Amino acid sequence: MRAFLTAAASLAVAAIVTIGAAVPARALIEVDITQANIQPMPIAITDFGASGGDPEVGRQISDVISADLQRSGLFKPIDRAAFIEAGANFDAVPNFGSWRVLNAQALITGRVTKQPDGRLKAEFRLWDVFAGQQITGQQYFSNPENWRRIAHIIADAIYERLTGEKGYFDTRIVFVDETGPKDARVRRLAIMDQDGANVRYLTNSPQEIIRNPRFSPSRQEITYVSQPIGETPRVYLLNIETGQREVVGDFPGMTFAPRFSPDGQRVVLSLEQGGNANIYVMDLGSRRTTRLTNTPSIDTSPSFSPDGRQIVFESDRGGSQQVYVMNADGTNQQRISFGQGAYGTPVWSPRGDLVAFTKRSGGQFSIGVMRPDGSGERILTEGYHNEGPTWAPNGRVLMFFREVRGAGGGPQLWTVDLTGYNEQQVPTPAFGSDPAWSPLLN
Amino acid sequence: MSSLVNFGRGMRLAVILVAALTLAACAQKDKPLAGNVTPGSAQDFVVNVGDRVFFPVDQTTLTPQARDTLNKQVQWLRLYPNYTVTIEGHADERGTREYNLALSARRAQNTRDYVVSQGINASRIRTVSYGKERPVAVCDAESCFSQNRRAVTVLNNAPGS
Repeated sequence: MRAFLTAAASLAVAAIVTIGAAVPARALIEVDITQANIQPMPIAITDFGASGGDPEVGRQISDVISADLQRSGLFKPIDRAAFIEAGANFDAVPNFGSWRVLNAQALITGRVTKQPDGRLKAEFRLWDVFAGQQITGQQYFSNPENWRRIAHIIADAIYERLTGEKGYFDTRIVFVDETGPKDARVRRLAIMDQDGANVRYLTNSPQEIIRNPRFSPSRQEITYVSQPIGETPRVYLLNIETGQREVVGDFPGMTFAPRFSPDGQRVVLSLEQGGNANIYVMDLGSRRTTRLTNTPSIDTSPSFSPDGRQIVFESDRGGSQQVYVMNADGTNQQRISFGQGAYGTPVWSPRGDLVAFTKRSGGQFSIGVMRPDGSGERILTEGYHNEGPTWAPNGRVLMFFREVRGAGGGPQLWTVDLTGYNEQQVPTPAFGSDPAWSPLLN
Repeated sequence: MSSLVNFGRGMRLAVILVAALTLAACAQKDKPLAGNVTPGSAQDFVVNVGDRVFFPVDQTTLTPQARDTLNKQVQWLRLYPNYTVTIEGHADERGTREYNLALSARRAQNTRDYVVSQGINASRIRTVSYGKERPVAVCDAESCFSQNRRAVTVLNNAPGS
């Protein structure tokens, strides 16, 4: 386990060089992401293996870039079969006329070559087709096994240049892999790329129930809940480079629902005692724990605001499950959810502007967002059972799990963006639940 | 009796036994139901006492029916003082994971508190919470959800169990 973890975690993508523009650069095109219903931008992505270099890896990198941009809902990659100039010279200015007739607004050209030292060199240029200008161009060097990361990094660069927002493709998901029948599920901790590739299992015991994994914002570390069958659930820290794990804190009861603080120095969690759950925070350096709530109720699912000053959480202190906000020291606890139904699993957006939640109402489970003061509630997806949202690092996309009903059913991972129109299933080897999105790796 | 068919792992023997007893009861109505069960055994506890209590949606307080079952458990545990027990709390699938874990803890705790209030020594009882992760009935209807919202009293040191 150690070997692949180290390989997966070590960043071998290096030497990002900006390629000089053939024509003076000035970004003229942009995806308008301020509208509720976004028109995806038609974009042509050439086969990076077609203009010299490594034909197989080149094509694979083009395919991954294309899939990333398509799934964002902001871009519409044009079918390569329709291209008039498939294998144009990467070093020459494209013939823009043959891209204009396809109505491509942006054109990506690229080349992937194997270096004498065994590394891959990947180059790309982003062109504004109608202005006839290069917008940006970069080259990357990496070990060949990291070719997917190169593709995600290029997709992020294109996304950022054309939307004005950071991308989220060079990221990973930690989740719970679920196999076996519903009444004898095996729940393993697993990690994969955000598009479902490169799945790795971090635990592998049928006698251990895994819940609520979450990424550290600053280290190669995960916090999650482990419960050997017959024993008390406890919050753990797992170093995904070394495989080393340790229990978080010396608590006198069940601990669950952990999350890191934005600086990665603290873990906030729930402690159950005598049938009640309260929220505690533990400083990972000093190991000191501080109690933040003190009620005879279920206070759980704490999540820090990105500035670290506040915590959103759920509590049934008022008689039903609702969302509350408090200061990071536990003062000023205020209810913010007042709609029809019950609200749980709140999670603060990395942008700070929204809180995502699971809502139970009328026998349906939906994923929605509201402002941190409780106003502006919007439901993004609704159905039999949607649960547990997690934010992409740019705060535009949410991943969650959706249960397929019935005896043979189980959870699957999905994404929805803030418009609510772009829903995509994330492929997993078996059933999957409790996803958590990593920060950007690059 | 039909609810007894949905036992967790480790209870298969008891399930078979229930089926056999039901057939026997049909054939010979005046025979005592538990004729083949050894008094003081795990089977005796499951079949003649009832090892589990059920909760309404989102509730953690004990129903009168649940208290009746627990009263029988208390009597039995007084008769057989060598047993220690684990009370397992569970929730149905119609809730969020963290909340259901806490809800199941409260069900286990309330069950434990009642049994202790009726005179069973607290040192004989531990609790464990499983949330919605260990259902016994798997359909997507209330007939299954109601069987999953439960607290199960498991004998820890039953011989041969």
